[in-house]
Amino acid sequence: MKSKRNLIGFLVSLPGVLWLTVFFLIPYLIIILYSFLTSGTYGGVELPLTLAAYTRMLGNAGYWQILWKTVWISLVSTVICLGIGLPTAYFIATSKRSNILLTLVIVPFWTNFLVRVFGWMVILGRNGVINSFLQLIGFDSPLMLMYTPGSVILVIVYMYLPYMILPLYSAIEKFDFRLIEAAMDLGAKRTEAIIKVLVPSIKGGIIAGIILVFIPALGSYAIPDLVGGTDGAMLGNLIAKQLTVARNWPSSSAISMIFLLISTLGLLVYMRMNKVQSKRRLTIRESYMNEEEI
Amino acid sequence: MKEHSVVLSNVTKIFDDSFTAVDNVSLNIEQGEFFSLLGPSGCGKTTILRMIAGFEDPSSGNITLGGKNIIGTPPNEREVNTVFQNYALFPHLNVFENIAFSLRLRREPENQVKRKVMEMIDLTRLSGHVEKMPSQLSGGQKQRVAIARALVGRPTVLLLDEPLAALDAKLRQHMLVELDTIHDEVGITFIYVTHDQSEAMSISDHVAVMNEGEVIQLGTPFEVYESPVNAFVANFIGETNFFTGKVARVENEYFLLDTGRFGKIWFYKDMDVSEGQEIQVSLRPEKVKITREKPIVPEGVKLNVLEGVVDETIYLGSQTKYTVAIGQSHMKAFKQHVRYLLDEVIISWKDNVYVWWFADDSYVLREMGGVPLEE
Repeated sequence: MKSKRNLIGFLVSLPGVLWLTVFFLIPYLIIILYSFLTSGTYGGVELPLTLAAYTRMLGNAGYWQILWKTVWISLVSTVICLGIGLPTAYFIATSKRSNILLTLVIVPFWTNFLVRVFGWMVILGRNGVINSFLQLIGFDSPLMLMYTPGSVILVIVYMYLPYMILPLYSAIEKFDFRLIEAAMDLGAKRTEAIIKVLVPSIKGGIIAGIILVFIPALGSYAIPDLVGGTDGAMLGNLIAKQLTVARNWPSSSAISMIFLLISTLGLLVYMRMNKVQSKRRLTIRESYMNEEEI
Repeated sequence: MKEHSVVLSNVTKIFDDSFTAVDNVSLNIEQGEFFSLLGPSGCGKTTILRMIAGFEDPSSGNITLGGKNIIGTPPNEREVNTVFQNYALFPHLNVFENIAFSLRLRREPENQVKRKVMEMIDLTRLSGHVEKMPSQLSGGQKQRVAIARALVGRPTVLLLDEPLAALDAKLRQHMLVELDTIHDEVGITFIYVTHDQSEAMSISDHVAVMNEGEVIQLGTPFEVYESPVNAFVANFIGETNFFTGKVARVENEYFLLDTGRFGKIWFYKDMDVSEGQEIQVSLRPEKVKITREKPIVPEGVKLNVLEGVVDETIYLGSQTKYTVAIGQSHMKAFKQHVRYLLDEVIISWKDNVYVWWFADDSYVLREMGGVPLEE
């Protein structure tokens, strides 16, 4: 009986396991392998195994700079998304027209990602909408709005904000607002009640939102490529450059590994927090078992 | 005279300019008393509670707390705490921190917080659950945490919004006794909202019976049970028999009512009535005796005796509830079983019986059809 169930479980999960093995695990193993190989004279990779790609990168101040910039651009974007997303999600969840508002949040997804980035280029560009307007009202020299870390952050926030709002919305929507009343009844001001009761209750949604924004932001390629210029280049652009211009496969693989390391660290933090929660959930279930006592 | 802790003067609450939830209610709730607002759901009792707590403002009228007008004072600045119907415990905090919530907001020193919380834990008998999360508690325990959390900040008034509604009958009885004990111990005003008349009757000093936004009757549990002002109160609080008709004759302390369905019946004249007046009388079923033998009426005693057939019996162990068919009508009679197996011959379904009661045991309803009769 039990072995039969195990067999069914195995068969059901087989397609997924195969898919992930072929298209995820094996490619990653290849990248790990490449990162320890020597760059071939005409592109590609050759033996011997070496740490050269890593030492070269870690020894180069320029790499560190881009790595650091990638992390802080992603962090700042995530914080801004959270700052905008939390009140927005709160407003949507408490609104009577939450369905319409939710649709409005999702509407931008109907337009192609690249088209939307180009849209920002039209707005921010040297002869873009903003600068044209500024010239019209009397400014002489156009502002440098594009090709800065700021423009990269702006567009990342624009792109990934819905990924912050949606999990926050679903968490707030489930929140029992009578708890806010209870907190105020016990002496809390409205803002205190929100910080002390609402925020801890929607922690899961906040963490999900942070991960959904931070990880893709770390891996940004198209956005910094189009609106970042040299000042706004991120790790993704560096990997692409190593792969296409320098044709250095080990180097780009090594950078990918560093990137993997950072995002895995983020996920580990998340999983740890989740573990604490599921452990708690387990004890809850146990306590239901011996619910007899008053 | 005791000082009034909560006074409502002509309070009206209209929602969305159309629905009148509370209609011109005035109440004086004394310092330290256990006061109940009793009524069917939607009668406005919870709205009154929410106005005292500060979650709603009255559309008109005044509410004072210890003589101070509290209209416009936000809930966090009122010395009033609430035990919510669904407990509303903070799911992310354990029992200790839930109770400590209001103290932490006031930034009281740690040792003081600890002492006060532990006092409450002793009072509500929660020791052994201090570290638990709300989701790990049973209904009764959650209830006690909610009470402890509301009491720890020493409010002058504790509001309880149907606090026992989610508990099973046995536990409800148990918690009622505990609530009473806690009330005696802390000595502050409790305002208790419930739709359950037995809850309200058993622990309240005063009960306000409400219907459709109005207070229909205010009094002690004894008064509202034995002297209901109208059919609504008589019916809502316990069960009763109604007799309606015109007064046929007045004789000393009694009057004869022509009830039509039951014929002419003698009732005690506890207010002035005149011949020909339309009157409604309430007679509680436990005051009606039921026997197989025709009772012997002693000289000078006004006893009403009716003959009928048992139509329905509900045996409850301590008593049996009989419904007796008398002609085309029915009467309820409750028989308390006071002796073990010696309780006369058991009366059962379809038996021919006599129902009888002393004319003094009924009460003339002061209001008929909502209009008060002249006394």
